[in-house]
Amino acid sequence: MNEKKHMFYVSPSPHFHDPEDTRSVMFDVILALLPALCLGVYFFGWRALTLSLISVAACVVFEYLYQRIAHIKSSVYDLSAVVTGILIVMCVPAHIPYWMVIVADFFAIVVAKQLFGGIGQNFMNPALAGRVFLFSWASWFSAYPATVGTTGAGRLPIIGDVPMVNGAPDIITSATPLASMKEGVLPIEFSLRDLFLGNVAGSIGEVSAFILIIGGLYLLLRGVISARIPLTYIGTVAVLYFLFPAGAGDRLSWMLYGILSGGLMLGAIFMATDYATSPVTPVGQIIYGVGCGLITYVIRRFGAYNEGVAFSILIMNTIVWSIDKLSAPRRFGGLRGGKRQPRPEEGEVTK
Amino acid sequence: MPYSFKGGVHPPENKKRSAFKPSEVLEAPAKLYFPMQMHVGAPCSPTVSKGDAVLVGQVIGASDAPISALIHTSVSGTVVDIKDHDHPSGRKVQTVIIENDGKYTLHPDVIARSEAAKEKDPLDRSPEEVIEAIRLAGIVGMGGAGFPTAFKIRSVLGQIHTLIINAAECEPYITADNRLLVERMDDTLIGIRVLMKTLGVSHATLAIESNKEEAIEMLRDRLDGTGILLRILRTKYPQGSEKHIIRAVTGREVPPGKLPGDIGCAVFNPASCAAIYDAVAKGMPLISRFVTISGSAIGNAQNLQVRIGTPISCLISAAGGYALPPQRIIIGGPMMGSAQYTTDVPVLKTCNSVLVFGENEGLHEGSAICIRCGKCVSVCPMRLQPIYIRMYGEKGDYAYCEEKLNVRDCIECGACSYKCPGHLPLVQTIRFVKQRLGPVKKS
Repeated sequence: MNEKKHMFYVSPSPHFHDPEDTRSVMFDVILALLPALCLGVYFFGWRALTLSLISVAACVVFEYLYQRIAHIKSSVYDLSAVVTGILIVMCVPAHIPYWMVIVADFFAIVVAKQLFGGIGQNFMNPALAGRVFLFSWASWFSAYPATVGTTGAGRLPIIGDVPMVNGAPDIITSATPLASMKEGVLPIEFSLRDLFLGNVAGSIGEVSAFILIIGGLYLLLRGVISARIPLTYIGTVAVLYFLFPAGAGDRLSWMLYGILSGGLMLGAIFMATDYATSPVTPVGQIIYGVGCGLITYVIRRFGAYNEGVAFSILIMNTIVWSIDKLSAPRRFGGLRGGKRQPRPEEGEVTK
Repeated sequence: MPYSFKGGVHPPENKKRSAFKPSEVLEAPAKLYFPMQMHVGAPCSPTVSKGDAVLVGQVIGASDAPISALIHTSVSGTVVDIKDHDHPSGRKVQTVIIENDGKYTLHPDVIARSEAAKEKDPLDRSPEEVIEAIRLAGIVGMGGAGFPTAFKIRSVLGQIHTLIINAAECEPYITADNRLLVERMDDTLIGIRVLMKTLGVSHATLAIESNKEEAIEMLRDRLDGTGILLRILRTKYPQGSEKHIIRAVTGREVPPGKLPGDIGCAVFNPASCAAIYDAVAKGMPLISRFVTISGSAIGNAQNLQVRIGTPISCLISAAGGYALPPQRIIIGGPMMGSAQYTTDVPVLKTCNSVLVFGENEGLHEGSAICIRCGKCVSVCPMRLQPIYIRMYGEKGDYAYCEEKLNVRDCIECGACSYKCPGHLPLVQTIRFVKQRLGPVKKS
């Protein structure tokens, strides 16, 4: 044997780690978001890409600068700021000016995230907080650009802001399904196929249910998210539209238009599942998903806005800790429905 | 669908290097070390003095306390010293040091018992005879817990209806129980049947993880008419935890603060069953065991039959020494084993493996920040919330951890720390909180 005297590290168990870390989790989320973002570029033009690049850069810079000024160890390398930057762009329409995206980035990273202690400590979803902050300029969100693509007539400028005509952005707008659903009319001018594939007016990353579901399945397979929140959220909205359609037409159509329109898929798969702002207990995640679905439906039906996804998630964010406290998992070996487990009979188990 | 429980993790198994290698008998070294604490319970006091000549199987440590186990020498030779020596727990423990004369002469008591054992079929023994043989053999739970087996059997006599043999071996790297089952299957099965008879049950369940194909194939042919049922478990850590193997086999959960016996279950390790066979059928005390030696810094990973008391340095040199510069040495598995600072520590009755890790094997850098991903909650086999135990624990609210978060239920399997993307020391924090809480107050 080697006669050299060796020094050994001594540490408490476990002596093993899963290779997954915060950065690899965030990288998976980015990978899952990219297809939907690419589709956004396909439908709304190259401007969607320049907006994304600016948003990501702004988020990273804000995070870096804040941590520099506050003398905190930089967490830029965990990629969470990149995720926030992408998410913000995905939930805004492609015609808004650059400064507005940067304002949303600032609000998300500095106010909603860093002021509360940074990653994991924020109580509301930074991307959605930034998005909702933009309602200060509500007129920009009253009309959505049509899906003219990268080459179509009336395409948005790739660089620079959309010119203004008579105080309104000069773009080809298109009705959104949610606007007519608000009026109690089934938006049959949109085919379900277009809704599913994303060929409708809307925010950059929300239009295609199909591609968002693909991204969600990837996150499920990688174990990044569980299916509990997306399924209960979308399920609740579906059930409510089926039971209480907002107007004439058959229930099934209302249900399908209800879940395929607006930001529901994006919100349910990528926003409501945000780690820091959703419950950690299995039962809590179900309560949270149902709550989000309920509020979304109520706002869509009775609120001032056409869409309620962002508000519903932010509202549920505020009670996540209470949900966690109320939904602690049943203790191992504890009472099940108030009763002890029955004592097994001799031989029952071993047959 | 294989039997299992909710939660758990899938660390890399790393068993292939040693799983199919037949075990080799390790030559005992010149000096062996017998700490007077090899079990849970009261430590033994030496029954020999410096200078005494001892023979194989002779009792060298004993205690009058009810929960304790006799300690025997595994070699013949001379007691050269009795002093505090390095123990795998990291403390110094009173240790009898014996110089091996290389003759392995059996002690007359062992010969007499072995003669007596030949007279009677091991399956014809009364429970009292079996328990006494086990007590005299100093058998303890060999899966790692080290609870004295004679005391365990006596305390549950008459209340057991489900006997489980825990061959899960869910920790990565370790293949010692697997090899023991393959190589000493008939002995182990007789040991299990002796246990069944002693506990008065008609059946036993041998629970084994699905990745031990060789042992499973052999078992399928040999269980007919023995009353032993084979149950294949999903390969998942910590499947071999006592509470979780009961959950997987019976669907029932041991209530908090209770023992398996309270719900009519008893769980034994296959190595203990083989030791029971040795004690009852041959009169031999527990002086040797199967040990896996593996890890990236070990050139020739394998399974060794090691005499208790052999320093782990001998195992390392027998396995070809260090193939890489060693960084960590673990006794037990990578999930629950204890790190050693010296290779002078001896193999105890509970030592199922010695792992030598090269640089950063199985370690990954983490951000040390909780992102509230909740993975600790979803992997916790005890359905605890390590995330909140850490938060309240670090704030010093130990009472909340105890009353609301049930921190005492933690079995310290390490699944949460393993899985945490921030690589936070979750189970370490839980241990700290438990330590601050102190022992359970009797109400």
